[in-house]
Amino acid sequence: MKILVPVKRVVDANVKIRVKPDGSGVDTANVKMSMNPFDENALEEALRLREAGTATEVVIVTVGSEKSAETLRAGLAMGADRAIHVKTEAPRIEPLAVAKVLKAVIASEAPDLVILGKQAIDDDNNQTGQMLSALLGWPQATFASKIVIGAGTIDVTREVDGGHETLRLALPALVTADLRLNEPRYASLPNIMKAKKKPLDETSPETLGVDIAPRLTVLKTTEPAGRTAGIIVASAEELAAKLKQAGVL
Amino acid sequence: MTEPREEMEFDVVIVGAGPAGLSAAIRLKQISPDLSVLIVEKGAEVGSHVISGAVIDPSGLDALVPDWRERETPIKTAVTDDRFLWLTEKSAFPLPGFIMPPLMSNHGNYIVSLANVCKWLATEAEALGVDIYPGFAGAELLIEDGKVVGVATGDMGIEKSGEPGPNFARGMALKGKYVLLAEGVRGSLTKRAIAEFGLAKESDFQKYGIGFKEIWQVTDANHKPGLVQHTLGWPLQDSVGGGSYIYHLEDNQVAIGFVVHLNYKNPYLSPFDEFQRLKTHPAIKGTFEGAKRLSYGARAISEGGYQSIPQLAFPGGALVGDAAGFVNLPRIKGSHNAVLSGIVTAEHVAAALAAGRSGDTLADLDAALRAGPIGKDLHKVRNVKPLLSRFGTLLGMGLAGFDMWCNTLLGASLFGTLRHGKPDYATLEPAAQHQPIDYPKRDGVLTFDRLSSVFISGTNHEENQPPHLHVADLALQKSSELDIFAGPSTRYCPAGVYEWVDGSYVINAQNCVHCKTCDIKDPNQNIDWVPPEGGGGPNYINM
Ligand SMILES: Cc1cc2nc3c(=O)[nH]c(=O)nc-3n(C[C@H](O)[C@H](O)[C@H](O)COP(=O)(O)OP(=O)(O)OC[C@H]3O[C@@H](n4cnc5c(N)ncnc54)[C@H](O)[C@@H]3O)c2cc1C
Ligand code: SF4
Repeated sequence: MKILVPVKRVVDANVKIRVKPDGSGVDTANVKMSMNPFDENALEEALRLREAGTATEVVIVTVGSEKSAETLRAGLAMGADRAIHVKTEAPRIEPLAVAKVLKAVIASEAPDLVILGKQAIDDDNNQTGQMLSALLGWPQATFASKIVIGAGTIDVTREVDGGHETLRLALPALVTADLRLNEPRYASLPNIMKAKKKPLDETSPETLGVDIAPRLTVLKTTEPAGRTAGIIVASAEELAAKLKQAGVL
Repeated sequence: MTEPREEMEFDVVIVGAGPAGLSAAIRLKQISPDLSVLIVEKGAEVGSHVISGAVIDPSGLDALVPDWRERETPIKTAVTDDRFLWLTEKSAFPLPGFIMPPLMSNHGNYIVSLANVCKWLATEAEALGVDIYPGFAGAELLIEDGKVVGVATGDMGIEKSGEPGPNFARGMALKGKYVLLAEGVRGSLTKRAIAEFGLAKESDFQKYGIGFKEIWQVTDANHKPGLVQHTLGWPLQDSVGGGSYIYHLEDNQVAIGFVVHLNYKNPYLSPFDEFQRLKTHPAIKGTFEGAKRLSYGARAISEGGYQSIPQLAFPGGALVGDAAGFVNLPRIKGSHNAVLSGIVTAEHVAAALAAGRSGDTLADLDAALRAGPIGKDLHKVRNVKPLLSRFGTLLGMGLAGFDMWCNTLLGASLFGTLRHGKPDYATLEPAAQHQPIDYPKRDGVLTFDRLSSVFISGTNHEENQPPHLHVADLALQKSSELDIFAGPSTRYCPAGVYEWVDGSYVINAQNCVHCKTCDIKDPNQNIDWVPPEGGGGPNYINM
C-alpha cells in the first residue's frame, strides 16, 4: 500500500504572530517556519503503518515556494521515502487550488490512502482534505484519532461531540488527522543527514495543468483585540456588583 | 541512554552558528573547498538565539566577504548620527566629543539585526558546502587521550524523571580533526574545556554584564534611521556600571537596550527593572510615544577584554569569538572581533589540516590573535573596565577617556595594564548591608513585567524534560542565596525563572532565555547552565 501525505510550511506554533503594520497580512519575514503540526500527525501515522508492514511507501508532497523544500526535508528526516515539490512563488494559494494540484499529483502517483492534517494552523481553513475527497470522488473520514487498516478497507475513529464514531471506508480513501492520532517523532540528527540524499522531485502547477489563481480577496488582517487587565475584588458582594455592572448577571 | 551513539566524522566540527562560528566555517571553505565542515546550533534556527545591539564595525565582514556591499544583505542602515548622553534623573547632558578618542566614533558603522546577519552568513556558508544543523546542542565534549576528538549532541525525548520516553532519540557523536567552540559568552562546553585544559590559568578571570534589548515599532515622526545614542548615568547609581543604547534601524524599528555590569554589589538590584525604568527618562520616552514593543530578550556580554583572554588553543581545537570574550567594552562591540577570530582560527586550522595534522594544539594561534587586529582593538581599551570598577561611572569614564587618548596617541598607558578586582559572583554583599530598592510600578505601555516580556521572546522548551539549570546544592541555595543574599536570582534573571516560594526554590526552566547570567552571578557558583533539548529556548526574531 502506498500512502501520500500532503504537508504545508507554516509559521511555527511557538512564534508570536505579528500582523504587518499596513494590515495586508501576517509578517513572515525572518520568522521561524515549520511543518504544520497536524501534518506531522498525518505523516507519523503513515510512517507507523509502514513500520508495521501495512504500507510499503510513504510519499510527501507540498505546494509552495522554494523555501517549502525545507519542510519536505524535515518530512524526509522523519522517515518519508520520497518527496514531491510542486513549486510556485504565488503568495497565496487557496485550499481549492491546493486540492486541484493534489488531485493531479494523485493521478500520477496512484496512492491507496491519502492522509492530510485536518487543517493548517495559519489559515485554519479546514477545507483542503474535504475538497480533495470531493474532487477525487473518494470516501473521506475527517478528524481521525485512530486508524486501523483492514482488507481493502480502513476503520477510522473520529472524535465527535460526546464520544467516538468509527467509520469504515473502502480504499482508496482520504483521512484527515487530528492531534490525538499520535505523538509525532523527532527527526534525529543522523536521519536529518540521511534525508539530504533522499529523492525530492520538483514540478509546478503549470506542468500539472492546474490554475492556482486565487478566487477570494483578503480585505484586511487585524490582530485580536488585547484583553483588558483583570481586577482583584475584595468580596463576593463586590464580585456580584461588578458582574451586574458588566451585564453578566 | 548509555547505548552507543551513531558516529560521523568531519574535518572540522563547530559548535554555535553565531558570527564567530559561521565566519570560521566560511573561511575554512574559502581556503579549502573540499574540507567537510559541520556546525551545530542549539537554537531552532540560525539566529534564533543571537541577540545583539547591534551597531557593527564592518572590518570583520570586509575581511570575510570583501564584496558584501554589492550583495543582497540585511545590512541596510549606515550610522548617520552619533550621540552620547550623561543622564541625571530629570536631565540629559551631551558628552562633548573631545572626551572620547576617535576609536569610539561610530562613523562608517552599520545598524543591523545581528541575528539576520547570521542568517545571511549561514546561506553564504551553505552555498560553500558547510553543513549547518540548527536545533541540536553540543551537549558533551568528547575527550580521548587528553584531546578533544568531537562533540556529542544531546539526547532527545528524555522525560522529567530522567528516563527515556517513547520518542527517545540518542544523541550523535560528531567527530572532528579539530573542534571549534563558538558558543558565545559563557559557553557550556567552553566552560568544560577551560576547566579541563586550564585555559584561564594565565589570564585574569572573565568579567560580564547582562544586556537587555527590546525592539519597538515607532511612529514615523519618532523614527530617525541611522541615529545611534548611548547613555551613562541614571537610573544606575554611580557605583553600578552600565548604560543604555538606542539604535534606529530601518522599517520604523528602534532597538533599545541596557547593559548592567555584573560586578554589582547590592543583591536587591534588579537589572531588568533598571532597564524598564530607563525608558521613562524624559530624554528617552518621547521616542516610544504611540509605539509598540515587538520583542524582548537578554544575554550576558563579556567585558573582561584583553586581560581576560584565555588561552585559545587546546589539544584538538580552539575557542572562537565571545567564547573567549572579545568584546570591546567602551564601544560595546564584539561582533567584528567574533568574525575576525573566526577568520584567523580558520586559517590556522586549514594550514594544520593541509600539513596532515589533526587533534593537536594550534601552537601559533594565540600569538597571532594577540598581534592581529583583535589584540590591537582590545589592548587600547584594556583599562576601561578596571577604571569603571574602581572609580565608579563618572570618574571612571573620565579616566578611561584619558587613558584611551593616551593609548591612541602615545601607544601606552599611564596605568600600565590594570587587573580586574574580583570575579562577578564574588562581588555581591550580604543583603543586611543594603536596602531593598523600590522600583516603580510598570504601566504595561512603556514598561513591562518579566512574564509579558518573556512571552514576546517566543521562548519555549519541551515541557517534559529534566530542568537544564542544575543547582548543585539546594541546601546551600537556601542557607546562602536566600538567607544571606535575599534571593538575587529572582532579580537578576531576566526571565523570571527563579522564585523562592515559602522557602523552596522554584525553577521555571521553560522560561529560560539562555542568557547565562545565573551561571555567572550566583554567589556560590552553585548553578550550572547546561543545554536543554535542542531547539528549546527563545525564538528571537530580528534580534
Ligand atoms: C545586549 C547586547 C548588545 C550588544 N551590542 C553589540 C553591538 O552593538 N555591536 C557589536 O558588535 N556587538 C555587540 N554585542 C556583542 C556581540 O553580540 C557579540 O560579541 C557577538 O554576538 C559574539 O559572537 P559569537 O559568535 O562569538 O557568539 P554568539 O553571537 O553568542 O553566538 C553563539 C551561538 O552559539 C550557539 N550556542 C551556544 N552554545 C551552544 C551549544 N552548546 N551547542 C550549540 N549551539 C550553541 C548560540 O545559540 C548562538 O547562536 C552586544 C551584545 C549584547 C548582549
Ligand atoms: S535561568 Fe539563567 S540563563 Fe536562563 S534566563 Fe534566567 S538567568 Fe538567564
